[in-house]
Amino acid sequence: MSDAAPKAALCVCNLRKAYKDVVAVDGLELEVRWGECFGLLGPNGAGKTTTIEICEGLTAADSGDVEVLGMRWSADATELRQRLGIQLQETQLSEKLTVVETVRLFRSFFRRGPEADEVIALVQLGEKRKSRVGSLSGGQKQRLALACALVGDPEFLFLDEPTTGLDPQARRQLWDLIEQFKLAGRTILMTTHYMDEAERLCDRVAIMDHGKAIAAGTPRELIASIGAEHLVEFSAGGAARALDVSALRRIEGVREVRAENGNVRMQVTELHRAVPALLDELDRQGVPLTELRTHSASLEDVFVILTGRHLRDE
Amino acid sequence: MSRTRWADHPLAQLTLVRFREFWREPEAIFWVFIFPVLLAAGLGLAFRNRPPDVLKIAAVTPELARSLRQEKLLDVEQLSAAAAEEALRTGKVALFAAPSPGGAVVYRYDDTNPEGRAARMLADQAVERAAGRADPVASSDRLMREPGSRYIDFLLPGLLGMNLMGSAIWGMGFAIVDARRKKLMKRLIATPMPRHYYLLSFVLARLLLLVVEVGVLLGFGAWVFQVPVRGSMLDLAVLCVLGSLAFSALGLLIASRAQTIEAASGLMNTVMMPMWIVSGVFFSAQRFPGALQPAIRALPLTAVIDALRAHMLQGASLAQVAPQLGVLGVWLLVSFTLALKLFRWR
Repeated sequence: MSDAAPKAALCVCNLRKAYKDVVAVDGLELEVRWGECFGLLGPNGAGKTTTIEICEGLTAADSGDVEVLGMRWSADATELRQRLGIQLQETQLSEKLTVVETVRLFRSFFRRGPEADEVIALVQLGEKRKSRVGSLSGGQKQRLALACALVGDPEFLFLDEPTTGLDPQARRQLWDLIEQFKLAGRTILMTTHYMDEAERLCDRVAIMDHGKAIAAGTPRELIASIGAEHLVEFSAGGAARALDVSALRRIEGVREVRAENGNVRMQVTELHRAVPALLDELDRQGVPLTELRTHSASLEDVFVILTGRHLRDE
Repeated sequence: MSRTRWADHPLAQLTLVRFREFWREPEAIFWVFIFPVLLAAGLGLAFRNRPPDVLKIAAVTPELARSLRQEKLLDVEQLSAAAAEEALRTGKVALFAAPSPGGAVVYRYDDTNPEGRAARMLADQAVERAAGRADPVASSDRLMREPGSRYIDFLLPGLLGMNLMGSAIWGMGFAIVDARRKKLMKRLIATPMPRHYYLLSFVLARLLLLVVEVGVLLGFGAWVFQVPVRGSMLDLAVLCVLGSLAFSALGLLIASRAQTIEAASGLMNTVMMPMWIVSGVFFSAQRFPGALQPAIRALPLTAVIDALRAHMLQGASLAQVAPQLGVLGVWLLVSFTLALKLFRWR
């Protein structure tokens, strides 16, 4: 208690964890600032869940240092448990209990926090108060899990893939709830493999691959770091003659061209100049265009460009 | 909010959860409360003590019939010689008595038929006594048919012991393995819940259910079959609680590592099945060879059942069942210590 408030809500330093046959976390460095929502992105198996469970004090690290709210699990586990809200990836709460019984059970473990009914209202399960957990939809179950994480009025919320497996409407509902928590000035660490989720909710993200953070920053910084604002993809699979890719590279504003099996992907800075020039060039080469798509660069593109793989491939 | 404080205590909430999960599982109610009563009722009826059979015999003369009717265990019919012969041949009577010259009596019966031989003894006794025979040794009968020595009296403590074991091991094992499999246990230890409260809630719920469980079975036995409970109620409570704790610890040990319901139920059956057979639930454990007896007596179910039988049927005090209490105490301590060492929360 001698120091002032610690500089970061979470500091992870040179974290390592290996299971029998695989290194899950390999020298990870992270810092989550007070009051921000930090996203760990990456494909399945990148080490996101292992990392978040070490930060939650549920898994022991092989080496490295983890400091949460200025405390360490080895010394202050009881105090930390009181101040953290945790949602695990695949908990099945008891199906035979009702919503209110479940929340009251979790509420009883915490020194302070809102009444069970307040939290139930917050996650919009008021009408399902007396329903059995087994009868809830996937989105409702996930909101109940969030209620159980919020019931101790936590300073720091850990969410492990909070919307995986939910339909779009249920995801948006959950995003709204997470944003409300953010607005109250609390800190969040979440994992996800949905790029749209990270772009919408997270102030900063770290992209994880094979147990390491391969990039970190605000979503905007990461997208800017690949040096292209737009991506153009087209298909020229039906062409009788091979496409001359080098000619495409010479078009103004095109930074990189990658061609695979007749599908071409170009990184472009100025879409309004590059697309007409592209169409002219294809016309000159006599290559018929079967499909043309453009989109603004996203975190997904950042991942693809950094690793050469898509996020959901694995 | 006018909620009472005790209900918001984590231990109260965890114990309430145990109850809710139990009551909302109809199968559990059936196996714990109804099945043992059905078993007791079925076996009690099947092995009920029948009144002794009355033997049908025939007599050829009125005088003989009158003498024979002195014996209450004989149902005597007076028939003609031919009809009596016919009745014997078709099995309607076990014997017939006919006069023979010189005041003698001839008994006609099949000596390979036990009923025939029994009828021969009873009939001859009646005829001799009617003719003035005096028995030099006075004798009287005291029948063993009072409550406390029938099969149902033997059976009920056995069923009670079996029920204590089953509900503790199943109740503990399934709930814990299920919570581990669903990662509910991992979710709970991510909260500030004191871990020993979680295990303690199982014990508390078990002890409260025990009152109902023992009450239903013993109440049924007393009401329908007049099965006695001769020892003190306090001693009975101590016995049941100690037994249930020992089996709960065993259940905890079985559930300490298993990750799937299948693995856990396999283990539970492996542990319980031999005890159902050798521990004297349905028949005396004494029927097994003497060399096995020390091992059988060291089993927790044998200890519980022996102690319950001694208590209920002979009114034994706790001091008289001290060896059984010792066996249970050892099982409780060893299982609980091992279970805590092995237990995995995830």
